[in-house]
Amino acid sequence: MQSSRFDSPLTPYFLLLPQMAIIAVFFLWPAAEAIWSSFFLEDPFFGTRTFVGFENYVEALSSADYRRAAWFTAIFTLIVALGSLALGMWLAVAADNVLRGRSAYKTILMWVYAIAPPVAGLIGVMLFDQHIGPLVDFVGLFGHEMKVGVNWWDTAIAMMIVATWKQIPYNFIFVLSGLQSIPNSVREAAAIDCRSSVRRFWTVIFPLLAPTTFFLLVINITYALFETFGIIDLMVKGEPGNNPKTLVYKVFLDGFRGNDLGGSSAQSVILMILVLVLTIAQFRLLERRIHYK
Amino acid sequence: MDRRTFLAVSAATAAGTLPGISMVKAASPVDIQWWHAMGGKLGEVVNEISTRFNASQDAERITPVYKGGYEDTLTATIAAFRAGEHPNISQVFDAGAATIIAARGAVVAAEDLLADAGVAFDPNDYIEGVRYFYADSNGKMIGMPFNSSTPIMYYNEEALKKAGVTPPKTWEEFEEVTAPALKKAGYVPMCQSHLPWIFTENFHSRHNLQFATNNNGFDGVKGTKILVNNPHMRMHFSRFKNWINNGLFGYYGTGWGDNQSAFEKGEAAMWLGSSGSFGGLLKSTNFPFSATFLPYWKKVTEKPYRTFIGGAALFALSRKPAEENKATADFFKFLSSPEIQYYWHKETGYVPITNAAYELAKKDGHYERFPAAEIGIKQLNDRPGKWTRGYRLGYYVQIRDVMNREYGRIISGETDVDTAFATIEKEANALLDKFARTVGG
Repeated sequence: MQSSRFDSPLTPYFLLLPQMAIIAVFFLWPAAEAIWSSFFLEDPFFGTRTFVGFENYVEALSSADYRRAAWFTAIFTLIVALGSLALGMWLAVAADNVLRGRSAYKTILMWVYAIAPPVAGLIGVMLFDQHIGPLVDFVGLFGHEMKVGVNWWDTAIAMMIVATWKQIPYNFIFVLSGLQSIPNSVREAAAIDCRSSVRRFWTVIFPLLAPTTFFLLVINITYALFETFGIIDLMVKGEPGNNPKTLVYKVFLDGFRGNDLGGSSAQSVILMILVLVLTIAQFRLLERRIHYK
Repeated sequence: MDRRTFLAVSAATAAGTLPGISMVKAASPVDIQWWHAMGGKLGEVVNEISTRFNASQDAERITPVYKGGYEDTLTATIAAFRAGEHPNISQVFDAGAATIIAARGAVVAAEDLLADAGVAFDPNDYIEGVRYFYADSNGKMIGMPFNSSTPIMYYNEEALKKAGVTPPKTWEEFEEVTAPALKKAGYVPMCQSHLPWIFTENFHSRHNLQFATNNNGFDGVKGTKILVNNPHMRMHFSRFKNWINNGLFGYYGTGWGDNQSAFEKGEAAMWLGSSGSFGGLLKSTNFPFSATFLPYWKKVTEKPYRTFIGGAALFALSRKPAEENKATADFFKFLSSPEIQYYWHKETGYVPITNAAYELAKKDGHYERFPAAEIGIKQLNDRPGKWTRGYRLGYYVQIRDVMNREYGRIISGETDVDTAFATIEKEANALLDKFARTVGG
């Protein structure tokens, strides 16, 4: 491969400038602002600040409510990330094997991806409505009276179902394209060696999909942590009550609903550190075991 | 001629050579903006009121802007204020009142605004229950009461007839007579839509119990402590939990609508909601319903007291030119006129805020047509007590969230009444303390 050179050593920096500017304005500056505010109590109207050191952090971490939210976030993220990956993969493998009407299946399965999170949230609200929700009636057939908004676990499960459902198509699309990039010769060779399609999947196909799976896992975790906000907001109807809430939703509640800017900043800094650690860990632990070529 | 007018006039004259532009500029009315949280039908009525104001004269023009829910409107107002792009008027709800009133200098007191604009103002024109809630500790009105409501009890007339009972006056009657009979008749006897508002704040007012130190928070933010962890509250919630366990009370979560729809569907026979829900219920129900006063515990008070006003008030934000403040004052005056108040009351069910509007509604026979529409205002005019003026607590939105969370946990059995109230007291006081330090009290 031929390596190209720029005429001036400054040119590459110049070309990077727009991207760097965007990162600075939309990430670095707000992040710095959040870190700075997290050490103060800030009057919402006038922005007058009183320095309080680490008080906002101590307060967040020592609050039972915060710990409950953290615990829920962990379970929620795990289930949504793995659940949407597993279901998306299962559907992709199944759709890949379909011979007739393949594109119809694909279109139907990708459809959900076009739904905006708030709309997905609204659909969730309807499906799990205590008075008219069809899924509540369905669960009722098994003798359980589902009370979303009253019973913590019922609400948590409803949120997980809606959040997972929304993310399945994304996983489906990527796994499907991953499957299509696996050469037929490999599949045929495997088919000669082994008759069990399940075993072939786990020993041949799944390892070949590893880069896609890893990518999806990272994306799914980010999705579950941050992008499910709209779904949760709609499902709790703006009134958190004793419903489960994620850490991001709590940042919003304290900052935007409660106008406690310092406390909410401290929580978002904690979240920032958490995501940083998580991402580094993922790359360190998992990427080593994945072979791209 | 002051400097501003001089500049405007000279600019207009100078621009006079450019046809078209000059005339429009010179004749254009003073524009003011009103941010509000009134969606749906309420929003239509708000727009209609604005249209009527604009049609009533041509010097001033108001533009109402819907900003989402109450919390969204307050947050948007704060963000805009910091950016210097705030509206002239913002609608702030009861729980957010402390935040905006504590921000000294962010708001022009309604009373001062009207006085500066030379608009006559007499606090005695306003009904008593409304007069103090948005006032400072000296009784000066800071916010202009707008959509005012109070929790009342709605009941399904058919259901009560079927069960052979009348609407309960006291909780004792509810517990011993009404609820068991309704349960037997196949109904969920009662549900409610807002535990902090109905079963906490107004519980204190209805029984004339002190809600917070520092004169319910009116006398200052520093050192204010909430007093909800009292034997009467714990008793009420123990009974409440007991009723739920025995099928005498329905709880459908924190969402307002989830509880209201149980009543609308005829599942629950009685519902504690807002007097402002009246207009909506007329449309959403297909059975005869009526309303009466919020029940009280006879063992706590022999006779009940009036309840707090709920809803929201309009706040005139500062840092606006004098002519815009004048327009805001004129609009406030227009809004308080008996005709507009009566129109608002009739269309929405919110209580009329002036005595004159109340008289007009009576004279017009509104309450003969809809007796339930008068319940809210009658209850607000019930006998006053030392602790019925209102409350002023900072970070109150979060405090309400803490209450809702702990009440939900009591109901689901995750915690018991004593622990829940101890938690509420502790967390609420921590928030109050934080608020005092934040606003520099």
